[in-house]
Formats: sequence, C-alpha cells, structure tokens
Amino acid sequence: MNSNQNKAIQVNGLQKAYKKLQVLKGVDFEVEKGSIFALLGSNGAGKTTIIKILTTLLKKDVGTASVNGFDVATRPGLVRQSISLTGQFAAVDEVLTGRENLIMIAKLRHLENPRQVADELLNRFSLADAADRRVVTYSGGMSRRLDIAMSLVGKPQLIFLDEPTTGLDPEGRIEVWKTVKALAANGTTVFLTTQYLEEAEQLADQIAILHEGKIIANGTLADLKKLFPPAKVEYIEKQPTLEEIFLAIIGKKEEK
Amino acid sequence: METQKNYFCSDMGVMLGRSMRHIFRSMDTILTVTVTPIVMMLLFVYVFGGAIQTGTDNYVNYLLPGSLLIAIASGISYTAYRLFLDMQRGIFERFHSMPIARSAALWGHVLTSLVSNAMSVTVIIIVALLMGFRSQAGVLEWLAVAGILALVTLALTWVAAIAGLSAKSIDGATGFSYPIIFLPFISSAFVPTESMPKVVRAFAENQPATSIVESIRALLYGQPVGNDLWIALAWCVGIMIVAYLIAMQVYKQRA
Ligand SMILES: Nc1ncnc2c1ncn2[C@@H]1O[C@H](COP(=O)(O)OP(=O)(O)O)[C@@H](O)[C@H]1O
Ligand SMILES: [Mg+2]
Repeated sequence: MNSNQNKAIQVNGLQKAYKKLQVLKGVDFEVEKGSIFALLGSNGAGKTTIIKILTTLLKKDVGTASVNGFDVATRPGLVRQSISLTGQFAAVDEVLTGRENLIMIAKLRHLENPRQVADELLNRFSLADAADRRVVTYSGGMSRRLDIAMSLVGKPQLIFLDEPTTGLDPEGRIEVWKTVKALAANGTTVFLTTQYLEEAEQLADQIAILHEGKIIANGTLADLKKLFPPAKVEYIEKQPTLEEIFLAIIGKKEEK
Repeated sequence: METQKNYFCSDMGVMLGRSMRHIFRSMDTILTVTVTPIVMMLLFVYVFGGAIQTGTDNYVNYLLPGSLLIAIASGISYTAYRLFLDMQRGIFERFHSMPIARSAALWGHVLTSLVSNAMSVTVIIIVALLMGFRSQAGVLEWLAVAGILALVTLALTWVAAIAGLSAKSIDGATGFSYPIIFLPFISSAFVPTESMPKVVRAFAENQPATSIVESIRALLYGQPVGNDLWIALAWCVGIMIVAYLIAMQVYKQRA
C-alpha cells in the first residue's frame, strides 16, 4: 500500500472536469514528508480543485492520488484522519468565540482534553486575549490565525492551506508565514496554494506551477530560477516598496 | 467509513451544542418569527373578530393552531438561511474533511430548527393565553399536539434544507417560505372553509394546512379527531420523506 514511505502526497495523471470545463488535464507531483510544498497558479488555475480532491471533498475523474499512503478514492476515512484543511474561505464559526471554535473541533476529533488543547493553541497563536470574544469581532488576520489553529487541533501530519494569505494585509501575511514556518519546523507537512510567486519563494521547499491544467514547472526555487533566462544586470537605485515601508513603520510600533 | 460510526452520537452532541449557542445568541430571530403570527392574532381577534362567524365563542382558541403553523413556516426560513451561510463560509468543508460522519453537520441544523421552532411556538402559546386562549386538553392531548407540530417542523425543515443547500443567494434561500407561510390563509385556520367560494374551498379543504389545523383544534378542544389526524400525518410524513431524499441528494452533490 505504501509505495513510498517518504511521500506525503503522490498524484499521478489527475484529471477533473466540471461538466464541459476541463480544469485538470493530467497533473503529476509528489510531496516529501515534512516539507513545505507550494502550488502556484493564477486565479482559476485549479488549485482549489486539487486541494478538494486531496482532502476527499471532491471526486477525481481520472488518475490516482494518495495522501499519507492512503488512496483518496478508496480510503477516504483514513485520509481524513491524517490531514487537516484550511480552506480558501475562513472556516470559522463567527457566532462562537475563538475558544469555543477550538473546543468544538477538539471534541469532533475526539481528543481527551478539549479545553487544554484549546488553551495551548490560543496561546501559541496569540489569541488568548481575544479567546472569549465572538469571532465576528476579529480582524482578518486574527480569523485566519484561528482558522489555521483549528486545523492544528489533533496534530495532523499533513495540513492543507488554500491561499492562506489572500485578502490579508501585509502584517497579517507575515504572521501567517511565521506560523507556516513554525509548523514545518515541527515536522508537519504543509501543502499550500498561492497566487504570489513571492510567497512561494518565502516559504516553500518545493514549488510547482499549475497552468492550463498541467504542472508546467516543479522543483526548488533554485531549480525554477534556472528555467528562467538569467537576469540582466543593470545598475538602478532600488527604492523601498510600499510594502517594505509599511512594514517598517508597523514593526517599530510593535517592538514596544 | 472506518471508525466513524462509533462516534456518531458524540459528534451529534457537539453539533447540537453549536446549534444551541447559535439559537441563544440570536434570540431576535425567535422574536422576529413570532411577531407576524402575534400581530395576526391581535388583528383578527380585536379588529376583524366581530365580523367573522366561526361558530366558536372564543376566537383566540380558533386562531391559535393556524398561528402556530405560520410561526413554524417563517421559522424554517431561518433554517434555510443558517444552512446557506454555513455552505458559503466553508465551515461545512472543514467538517467534511474531518473524520466525522458526513451527515452530522446537516443533522445539527435539523436539531436547531426543532429547538428554535419549539421556542417560538411556546412564545405564541403564552401570548394566546394572555389573550384568553383556554383549553381543556390533558397531558396526552398536549403531547399529541406537540408531536404533530414537531412532525410539521421536521417536514418543513427538510424542505428548507433543499432551499438552503441549493440556493445561490440569501433571497433564494429564504424566498421559498413565502408560499408556505401563505398556505394557512387559504385554509380553515382563520375562517371556516364553508364561507369560501367553491374553487377556493376545494383547494382549502384538500391542502395540508387544513387537516393539520383541524386535528390540533380537535385535540385542544376535546372534539373527535376523526380522519383529519390521519390525513395530516400522511401529509407530514409524505412531505418529510420526499424532501429528505431530495435534500440528501443535493447535499451529496453540493456539499
Ligand atoms: N463547482 C464548480 N462548478 C463549475 N465550475 C467550477 C466549480 N468549481 C470551480 N470551477 C471552475 O474551475 C476552475 C478552477 O477553479 P479553482 O480550482 O477554484 O481554481 P483556483 O483555486 O486555482 O482559483 C475555474 O474556472 C472555476 O470557475
Ligand atoms: Mg482557489
């Protein structure tokens, strides 16, 4: 069954169409256990479709896909026990408080001490102060952090993050990046999708580019850079970007 | 399907806990649901009441069953609304990607619907009592009334589930309830069907609201229940089964 113990994900010849619209036209890739894998693609490329197939939410048409050694089509129950999904749109319950959200998930994962698990994650994600406020009052970054925290309940081996930073301000984006790096440092495999090359650059050990239904490039950042023509060297004064300026100002405030 | 079965009850408990919090943190929806039927009762009793001949001396008694139906019919539009939001917001996707029974998320909404409708029904009965509603019904009769109302709620909840699961917008999710809210008006809920023109009367006497209203009336006021009860039950169970099957089909496809 486990054709390769070191692979968290193996995808072969994956195809998927929504009625007439052929979104995936034969996708192949593998993800190493314990690595951060970024699937890069523009809006509508089919990133969410791949995530939905890998998390058993959607059936594939053709091809094979296995997660932690379990075939997604034939062993969905086992796949679901070893993964966790943070979807493209925050999957938090806005009526509940942050703490209640975490406790709910801990109970659904049948853990021994739901309250303790919740407390730990609230601290780790700097949400302890807001723990007993309803999520509807949270900022975008806080919701996203809670969303990711909910995915970590029960310490899944593999976590899927679908565009975790889309819609966040630069500050929120950095927070999420830190979280993702910390996760991988703990040995969790992270599969994330993004529309931003920069984000893939920042985070990923391996980057795959999805374009028109196929993976057109796949490898480390260094591998990918070789594919592009070497940059021409020109001497220009580099102005700080708006984002850098913004972050510098915020950073000073936060240092207290 | 591996080890999921063993946990179904505890998972349902968690979903129910979530639902109860939703209900108690949006008590305004219970009030919104009860306002229309209460205003209707007030209008009919204190404004039109004198002009309507129902053959009973206490018009509140006559109106109560229909008012309860209207409350339930508007209550379930909130079920569709909540379901629609859960579908939109991705919390269903989270539940579905977890090792829990797939239908637990949906059943949570069904339980919410039962509990919140029971609450609005209670509010209306209390208001009716203040307006002079009296009944000689004993415990058994009241249990039977509660049973019928629960069955009506369940049947309509599954209709609401179809709307909530398949809608593309909030209006689409809740709009289906208007015709259902309207049904009691063309029934014996407010005036006896004998007073209606022929065609309307034929419709009124053969639609579910009339048999439901008549059975509840019979139970509350010590009249023989007769065939109405069986017709009412057949309607409710029939609607429930058909709506349940369709809703589950939509749920499989969309969620
Ligand atoms: N349920 C669906 N029915 C029909 N078309 C869909 C559905 N989901 C996605 N699509 C289409 O499939 C394509 C890929 O969608 P998606 O996987 O969400 O892309 P991405 O996540 O990369 O933005 C898009 O053109 C989208 O409109
Ligand atoms: Mg997407």
